[in-house]
Amino acid sequence: MGASPEKHFSVPDRQTDGPVVRPRSTEPMGTSESSKISLLTTAQKAPAWRRSIFNLDSGFRGLMTLAGLTILVVVALTLSELLQRSALAWQKFGFHFFATSSWDPVAGEFGALPFIFGTLVSSILALLIAVPLSVAVAVFVTEMCPKPLRKPISFATELLAAIPSVIYGLWAMFILVPLLRVHVAPILMNYFSWTGLFTGPMYGYSMLAAGVVMAIMIIPIISSITREVLAVVPQHQREAALALGATRWEMIRIGVLKNARAGMIGAIILGLGRALGETIAVTLVIGNTPQIAKSLLAPGYTMASVIANEFNEATDELYRSALIEIGLALFIVTVIVNILAQLLVWTATRGAPARSNV
Amino acid sequence: MSSGFLQFRRRLVDYAATFTAAFLSAIVVGTLVAIFAYLLIKGAGSVNWAFLTHTPKPVGEIGGGMANAIVGSALILGMASLIGIPFGIGAGIYLAEYGRNRLGAFVRFTADVLNGVPSIVIGLVAYGLVVFTQGHFSAFAGGVALAIMMVPMVARTTEEMLLLVPQAVREAAFGLGIPQWRTTISITLASARAGILTGIMLAFARVAGETAPLMFTALGNQFWSFSPNQPIAAVPLQIYTYALSPYDDWHRQAWAAALVLVALIVGTISLVRFVFARSTLREAR
Repeated sequence: MGASPEKHFSVPDRQTDGPVVRPRSTEPMGTSESSKISLLTTAQKAPAWRRSIFNLDSGFRGLMTLAGLTILVVVALTLSELLQRSALAWQKFGFHFFATSSWDPVAGEFGALPFIFGTLVSSILALLIAVPLSVAVAVFVTEMCPKPLRKPISFATELLAAIPSVIYGLWAMFILVPLLRVHVAPILMNYFSWTGLFTGPMYGYSMLAAGVVMAIMIIPIISSITREVLAVVPQHQREAALALGATRWEMIRIGVLKNARAGMIGAIILGLGRALGETIAVTLVIGNTPQIAKSLLAPGYTMASVIANEFNEATDELYRSALIEIGLALFIVTVIVNILAQLLVWTATRGAPARSNV
Repeated sequence: MSSGFLQFRRRLVDYAATFTAAFLSAIVVGTLVAIFAYLLIKGAGSVNWAFLTHTPKPVGEIGGGMANAIVGSALILGMASLIGIPFGIGAGIYLAEYGRNRLGAFVRFTADVLNGVPSIVIGLVAYGLVVFTQGHFSAFAGGVALAIMMVPMVARTTEEMLLLVPQAVREAAFGLGIPQWRTTISITLASARAGILTGIMLAFARVAGETAPLMFTALGNQFWSFSPNQPIAAVPLQIYTYALSPYDDWHRQAWAAALVLVALIVGTISLVRFVFARSTLREAR
């Protein structure tokens, strides 16, 4: 960041309030009687448009403040809309909604547990895959790689962030899912079925596929924020480690990663926030089956994808209201996760904003 | 244990770490390359004149295109920009020039929170605000949903770019007796315009590919529509529908549309990165 925000000040209002008559006290009385009069008259003669333009200042300020306040209004509206439109389901089911697992719209039974389970498991899986990869990219780019490679790799991760969710979904559906089914799943079933996580028939559409595609999608955000966090680690920490005879890796481990820990956790949580709300790509590959299965090779369902998949088909009030309640829960959880992440990144970079939209 | 062995081991660990980091980075870059390669392989053959100028054929018939979806996307994005950009820039000006207080900090924080709200939730909100109130799906509702997503992104970049303009420039303007509003518009905003434009284009590129907020708002349409009050087709929605369909020809068209969409988005971003404001964004870090 350039100029520190604290130093910012606004010019006193009176300077721009309107044509102010200059102080006359320094002038000896009598000698400049005529000039004093002429000064006053010019001020009074200032054309009306000019005076009104000077008054525009407060109007402009008001207008911009209003634009700023719309952000608050939008978030307030979001909350009130979701609360209001999910009231029906809330009245009917209360907290049981989040604790029961039968989802049968025809019978009017709605329990969100399978979706909460699916969202949690797929997001955690995504983090398990994405975190080592993103941290590796960030460390490699900032600390290890030869200069000419630096920009292309950063640009490549930025491009990954730019690809729309639906295109990840399309790619995952036609390339990743068959790949997992034919090549990866048999290996997992052969060697890791004892864990219980990789059992049963694998049709391709699964929690695993959702986790992998989500991981690809959150790598850019985790790695770009980690990069920023690593960049603000003071140079002398690195120099000190090197001066003690550390190898480069020891320098990174002791001098850099340890100092950047809080910010990196923030970056990971920000990635988690993204993963929790990820919709389209997941809907296309997770199999959309409301069940709680231990195996990662079984299909599942997430909170976001049940909304995407069923909202337009939901014709009766209660069904729609139940889906909106899932939306409300998703909103609250992502807001909490984001606030937590912002605070962590903020403390790590000392006020530099966490840019979740790079 | 001899110190020679320890040295050797430390060096080995160092090499291993470097190799691992390089290898994992290669996997990430390789994934990107794989995605682009498949888009090209699967999509390039299907992007032709008919694809760009025709509407979809009835289910089961081969051929047709996505002209209506391309126009629909343009309309929705146009509306989103008309609503989102002025509010975004206004909010950015507020944050940079007047928001150095508690309220400003709260607005800034809320903008970051709004930025992290899942797009599907934004879709639900736009459904409640516009579709439910109007009683029907519409292109306008889609525009509102995307505008809500654009505002915090544009606001935060505008703020950052305005803060990069040195304070002395503002003071010089005040010294000349220029009122603050005029300084902001003609001097501060004008100096930061390249960076702000970059931010706007990045926000635009990001919402251009959004599907989830359009599902319950713009809904999609197999025919031409130019009315903001009617359901309208959009490229990302069309890709989603076609991907889920059982028809090979629709899968082929989904890949073609994906290629067109990615080309537009990556084109925008590359333009922003390499032509506009090379320096502005870098300085922002």
